[in-house]
Amino acid sequence: MIALRLDDRSGVAAYLQIVQQVKHALRLGLLHPGDQMPTIREVVTSLAINPNTVQKAYRELELDGLIGGRPGQGTFVLRTIPGASAANLAEMRAGLDRWFARARELDLDDESIVALFTVGLRANPPPARASEDEPEPNAAQAQGTERVA
Amino acid sequence: MNDTHQSTPLETRDLGKRYGRGGRWALRGCTLSIPPGRVTALIGPNGAGKSTLLRLAAGLATPSHGSVAVFGADPRGSAAVVLPRIGFVAQDRPLYPRLSVAEMCEVGVRLNRGWDRAFARSRLARLGIDPGQKAGKLSGGQQAQVALVLALAKHPDLLLLDEPTASLDPHSRRAFLQVLMEASATDGTTVVLSSHSVPDLERVCDRLVILSRAQVLVSEEIEPFVASHRLLIGPRTAPSPVGQSGRDGTVVQISHTARQTVALVRTGGQGRHGGDIGPHDARWEAHPVGFEEVVLGYLAAAEPERAGEALSAERGADTRRERIAS
Repeated sequence: MIALRLDDRSGVAAYLQIVQQVKHALRLGLLHPGDQMPTIREVVTSLAINPNTVQKAYRELELDGLIGGRPGQGTFVLRTIPGASAANLAEMRAGLDRWFARARELDLDDESIVALFTVGLRANPPPARASEDEPEPNAAQAQGTERVA
Repeated sequence: MNDTHQSTPLETRDLGKRYGRGGRWALRGCTLSIPPGRVTALIGPNGAGKSTLLRLAAGLATPSHGSVAVFGADPRGSAAVVLPRIGFVAQDRPLYPRLSVAEMCEVGVRLNRGWDRAFARSRLARLGIDPGQKAGKLSGGQQAQVALVLALAKHPDLLLLDEPTASLDPHSRRAFLQVLMEASATDGTTVVLSSHSVPDLERVCDRLVILSRAQVLVSEEIEPFVASHRLLIGPRTAPSPVGQSGRDGTVVQISHTARQTVALVRTGGQGRHGGDIGPHDARWEAHPVGFEEVVLGYLAAAEPERAGEALSAERGADTRRERIAS
């Protein structure tokens, strides 16, 4: 079962941290369709966190079609995130490794690499598709800064 | 009275409390409504009226002005109806030091109909607290735990906690909040909790009441409230950066350095992105802000000379502001 945690200092709303952790686990193949999710009460008790926060996170994951409740049994993972198969991830990772190697040859520091990556990500938004895995609702908040633009 | 009113755990109208004739108002013009099943943070500097509000709600004090209703009834006038539904844990030494834990459970059974002895017993066992121990001999953390368990064994519909974790070490504090949140998830208990520990409140609460100088500054749902704020940083501007920065909104707090202006702004929109972004001056940056920064901003604006007192665990909101502004 997935172990959730909460970072008090991240500045990201607690319910979003839970949503992001579950999606992250799905992308990395740590959670599979059919896996059972912890009950709201279990999450609440282990993290000492507001029950409505956990409910809100689960509701958001349900709306995305990622998890769903089975009456009397609990909440289960329904599907994984499209495009995030292990093979796809491995392929993209290999491409990134080549990119990183070149960046280091050119003496780019960590901050420049992160900045380039962020700019590139923004310049290439996901193609508009009906309701499939939308971008994180407040990527701006997760990132820390946004330009008034 | 109608059903909605009766189902509101706590409602105050223009509530005021003054100690002594012509004395200082400890609480004034307080109008708020606490919805059921929610966990509300009560924040404010010492003397802002937090304890007074909780004591009025628990029927331990009489209003000097206005009214307070708990589930639609006056906690003093209708004490027999209301008090069984309220759990209250006072700020200091909420236990009788000479009684053993088991004896206090006995008191709970005698004084409260339906007091859940089995719940208290299992919870105390889980916490490793010896029922034979005198309350006065327990550590501060254990005393707070016992006080909470005794209050929860009543299965109250409304639980009022006045700085329950103030004297606890981080481990006991976490354990205390775990028990509290489990009760909230299991029984749907409505909780109002005052504290100076902002990280704790951010974790366990979903609503926020900020008190300052005996008055209510804010009474809102935390997540949309925090998300509607931005910290605007740009060239020095007087008097207000709103409009110039391209954001509609209200300035909560503003400060200037020689070259820069930093303003905490509540944007017009309630959404996650904090409202619309209009025409702009590209030199302005808008930073999302966290719970603590927003709370600090309101307190600093209301009481510039003592905003720091309200909070114990500041997490660099000020340092960040200084860094950006310098």
